[in-house]
Amino acid sequence: MHLTTEDVVHVAALARLHVTSEETEALVVELGRILDYARDLQELDLSGVPATSQIGITTTVVRADEPRPSLTAEQAVANAPDEDEGMFRVPAVLEG
Amino acid sequence: MRGFGIRALHVELSEGRLTSDDLIRDSLAAIEEADGQVRAFLRVTGERAFAQASPKEKVTGAPALSWLTGIPFAAKDNLCVEGVPTTCASRILEGYVPPHTATAVRRIESAGGVLIGKVNLDEFAMGSSTENSGFYPTRNPWDLTRVPGGSSGGSAAAVAAGFVPYALGSDTGGSIRQPAAFCGVVGLKPTYGLVSRFGLVAFASSLDQIGPLTRSVEDAAIVLQGIAGWDERDSTSVQVDIPDYLASLTGDVGGLRVGVPTEYFETDMDRGVRDRVMEALDALRQLGAEVRPIRLPHTRYALSAYYLIAPAEASSNLARYDGVRFGVRAKDAANLLTMYERTRSAGFGPEVKRRILIGTYALSSGYYDAYYKRAQQVRTLIRQDFEAAFAEVDVIVSPTTPTPAFRFGEKADPLTMYLNDIYTIPVNLAGLPAISVPCGLQDGLPVGLQLIGRPFDETTLLRAADAYERVSGFASLRPTALGEVQ
Repeated sequence: MHLTTEDVVHVAALARLHVTSEETEALVVELGRILDYARDLQELDLSGVPATSQIGITTTVVRADEPRPSLTAEQAVANAPDEDEGMFRVPAVLEG
Repeated sequence: MRGFGIRALHVELSEGRLTSDDLIRDSLAAIEEADGQVRAFLRVTGERAFAQASPKEKVTGAPALSWLTGIPFAAKDNLCVEGVPTTCASRILEGYVPPHTATAVRRIESAGGVLIGKVNLDEFAMGSSTENSGFYPTRNPWDLTRVPGGSSGGSAAAVAAGFVPYALGSDTGGSIRQPAAFCGVVGLKPTYGLVSRFGLVAFASSLDQIGPLTRSVEDAAIVLQGIAGWDERDSTSVQVDIPDYLASLTGDVGGLRVGVPTEYFETDMDRGVRDRVMEALDALRQLGAEVRPIRLPHTRYALSAYYLIAPAEASSNLARYDGVRFGVRAKDAANLLTMYERTRSAGFGPEVKRRILIGTYALSSGYYDAYYKRAQQVRTLIRQDFEAAFAEVDVIVSPTTPTPAFRFGEKADPLTMYLNDIYTIPVNLAGLPAISVPCGLQDGLPVGLQLIGRPFDETTLLRAADAYERVSGFASLRPTALGEVQ
């Protein structure tokens, strides 16, 4: 499973990162080395071993669905780079 | 008073010889004198500190004066404080002013603790040297040509330099303990779930934990007492009874069973580090502890598992930085997708991008089973290794790092940098508490001793670390690079 230029471009697109062709070249090497190092995981027999995704949590924590004080609309948009009438403004989703 | 521990400061305050304002002025003066060299702080909040500090009469007259009342501290800049800019040392969060305060900080402030400022870190806590800070690296007060460690390098350097009596950090794979070791201070990573993560900007949520960096084990116990406990705003915080940590520091480790993991000593370890740790084990033996070898057979797989799990969680957590709700936004993008991509590419540094990409890859279709799932299975094996070991011993002792502090630029290759975390990472994977205490110098640089405990058994961990610290004589070690500040 050697990492290719196409892999890096594909993953960058999934991660919403723009990478230049020079960056891609460097990343193929850097990420490839990290994944090569992680190859030792493939040598273990892990059949029947459960996965640990979280330590110490056995149940989903829920609380009563009751209204309580929270951020105001103004506070919620206070950090937005672009805001209009209490809403986040973004560029067009589709062009044209 | 710059060398004083929390207990001594508390006595001075409660007996009226010092006021909180004195401590704030002293802290600000120390920062003014030497932080130009150390560069631990990203932001000093002096005005806010004076405004928040309890007036003298309140401090001295209060019937239930807390240990932390009136005493300054610093917080790693990935801990949100309402109204104070929080950057995570990332350009992407420039201008972000959180509307909320991290529970750990809030608890200290409620007890009268006084925030002096926000300190540097590797961007989003990803790194082991602060070289990945989007602003500037912090320097090690013991040798300004060397790194302070990371990611909580600003916290460790600020405490070592005497700027503050203690600081909060966060530890995902060693980010409290490793800089503590490099800067010759104490660093405690509590059990996962003991301290609320609410208001800590998430890196890898199943591994992150907040803890103190201090000048003594006693101070670590005092700060832990102040921040530990269940919080409804963190669904991973655990409802357990919080013991009296200070009362656990009896100095008695007679009969304590101390395990030394054989596998850790089979790795590439600096000779001086090995010698200092062996001396520390001798000291524990002389105190009556029973030192014996133990096995942690899956240690060699921990680094691989960690460097898939942590980036996988990070790639998900960092999806929120998209230029819509906070931080910076790339200008003049024609459409939303381009805006996302340009914002993130300009805002994140190289290491953060690498980890996002590794994580996205490990989670992506076709690779999930081979990488992410296997890493999580290995995590189970590592946890079981510790469970088996803790059936035989009460604490596990190792070096905190394979070497003392390295020079800037020395570990330019990402993988070489990751290898530095080899003794600290398994602890996060297993969710255990661990502490780094100074165990001497090697070529004039501090060496850290790591003690690992059972889940929620911070009392035994702190008792062992404190007993060692009392006889080691290293608690009073102070860096020499800053001259007059010390």
